[in-house]
Amino acid sequence: MTYAPSVRQQDRIAYRRRQAIRSVLLAALSTAVVGTLLTVAITGAPGWDRVKASFFDWDVAREYLPEILDGLWLNLRLLVVCATVAMALGLLIAVLRTLRGPVAFPVRAIATGYTYSFRGLPLIIVIYLFAFGIPGLRLQGTPSVLVLGAAAIIITYGAYLAEVFRAGIESVHPSQIAAARSLGLSYRQAMRHVVLPQAVRRVAPPLLNDTVALQKDVGLISLAGPIDAIRAAQIGVAQEANFTPYVVAGVLFMLLALPLIAVTDWVTLRAARRQNAGT
Amino acid sequence: MVSRHSPVALGGVLLLFAAVTACSPVEENTTAAGSSPSAAADACTPSSLTTKTPGKLTIGTDNPAYEPWFSENKPSNGKGYEAAVAYEVADRLGFQTANVVWTQVTFNNAIAPGPKAFDIDINQFSITEERKAAVDFSSPYYLVRQTVISTEGSKIAGAKSLADLKNAKLGAQVGTTSYQAITELIKPAAKPSVYNNNDDAKAALENGTVDGIVVDLPTAFYMTAAELDNGVIVGQLPQVGVPEQFGIVLDKGSPLTGCVTKAVDQLRQDGTLAVLEKTWLADTAGAPELS
Repeated sequence: MTYAPSVRQQDRIAYRRRQAIRSVLLAALSTAVVGTLLTVAITGAPGWDRVKASFFDWDVAREYLPEILDGLWLNLRLLVVCATVAMALGLLIAVLRTLRGPVAFPVRAIATGYTYSFRGLPLIIVIYLFAFGIPGLRLQGTPSVLVLGAAAIIITYGAYLAEVFRAGIESVHPSQIAAARSLGLSYRQAMRHVVLPQAVRRVAPPLLNDTVALQKDVGLISLAGPIDAIRAAQIGVAQEANFTPYVVAGVLFMLLALPLIAVTDWVTLRAARRQNAGT
Repeated sequence: MVSRHSPVALGGVLLLFAAVTACSPVEENTTAAGSSPSAAADACTPSSLTTKTPGKLTIGTDNPAYEPWFSENKPSNGKGYEAAVAYEVADRLGFQTANVVWTQVTFNNAIAPGPKAFDIDINQFSITEERKAAVDFSSPYYLVRQTVISTEGSKIAGAKSLADLKNAKLGAQVGTTSYQAITELIKPAAKPSVYNNNDDAKAALENGTVDGIVVDLPTAFYMTAAELDNGVIVGQLPQVGVPEQFGIVLDKGSPLTGCVTKAVDQLRQDGTLAVLEKTWLADTAGAPELS
């Protein structure tokens, strides 16, 4: 006995297929119309020729691509180091901020003060203070401006990430801790094995989101002298009196962000599926 | 899923874009009726010139405006070499001091396509072939030399030649010909540091983050004399190819270019520029030459 859909079911399937085809065609038509109108509006503008020459000049793009890539390599290395260390710092601060008991008050106060002040301070000013202020002290063994600038980025972003982690920790229901403690786990063990795994999993999307933001902000280190991708592009812009290098750098940054954004989306989707499992 | 609202939505989208695209493009400014650029070159008077505000000359420069080109960051006081040149040019075009308006213009604003916020822009702009493709330049009003400055006791303070600078850590302001001088002339082993402005470059020099910085000669004299505690001029870099010159920037195809160039030429020929240099810029003799 093989299964054959009833006539009514076949009708249903056929109807759904027709509807799907119709909606795809409508979407394609709508997109084509919008695209055409935009193209006509932009390329038909009286200043289009000058804008095109100024922003989309292939020769200039080719000439400055190697230097911009060279700068992007600096961005990438900085991103890996800063993201890793800032995550660790953020997690540490978040744990300190959620400590219990009156004895831990000074630790909580320091951690809270840190997140308050460094979330409010503009990153540019922190970089200036670190990269121009600290060498001015003329101490023996002052690290290079690259290290100082990276430290400024880590400290600023550590504050943002600490708050994200704290939100995750506080979103875990108190009954979880209570249950863990009643099973004989110490506070530290309960945090380590019960609370933190759930907390980190819950806040994975905003963490990755902050990492995407960090990817663009590491470039601010160029204030201190090192040449990153945007700075290399800026030099090209000034030499050629043409904005194409900025466009090249922008495209490269977008390509760099794509994998991270894809991972973020996938993690979010997976978390949502898990959350709603069994409903 | 196609709802019965789809046609309505589609129509709405179409209407919206039709509305957006129907915005009539801004007409390019044409020169005032009855004055072609060539005719304007014959009669350079406020009444015949097409300026942003009729009867006024809008001059752009960046903020902060640095010594010795401007003074006290107030271009309108007419002090400093470029401020003085700007007022002389305005005077030759027939604009009285009261009819000169200053506006802040960054480097990028000056070279961007689209309508400009200024009639003329004077901001230590070096005339280069690449830049000529994006903007108009007047004839040059200053012949500039790039110069290395450092601090006493640094390892390059006694440098005599370009070879002595090979192992130095050098810095310059971003987007300047000073930076190009480092990468194309000195070619140091270490990558040069680039700063947002000369103030940051100076701070890095004072901190010892860099061994030396490259600026134009008048700025070098000003910095070592007035701003750095123990600054020294290491030397001027050799000229290669065409001499480097500053020019006044105008919009590409500006109807004023001919008149402004004529005014600058007059100032050069009758010796006014030489007098202004003596007044506002240090005597540039005595800066050593690097071979």
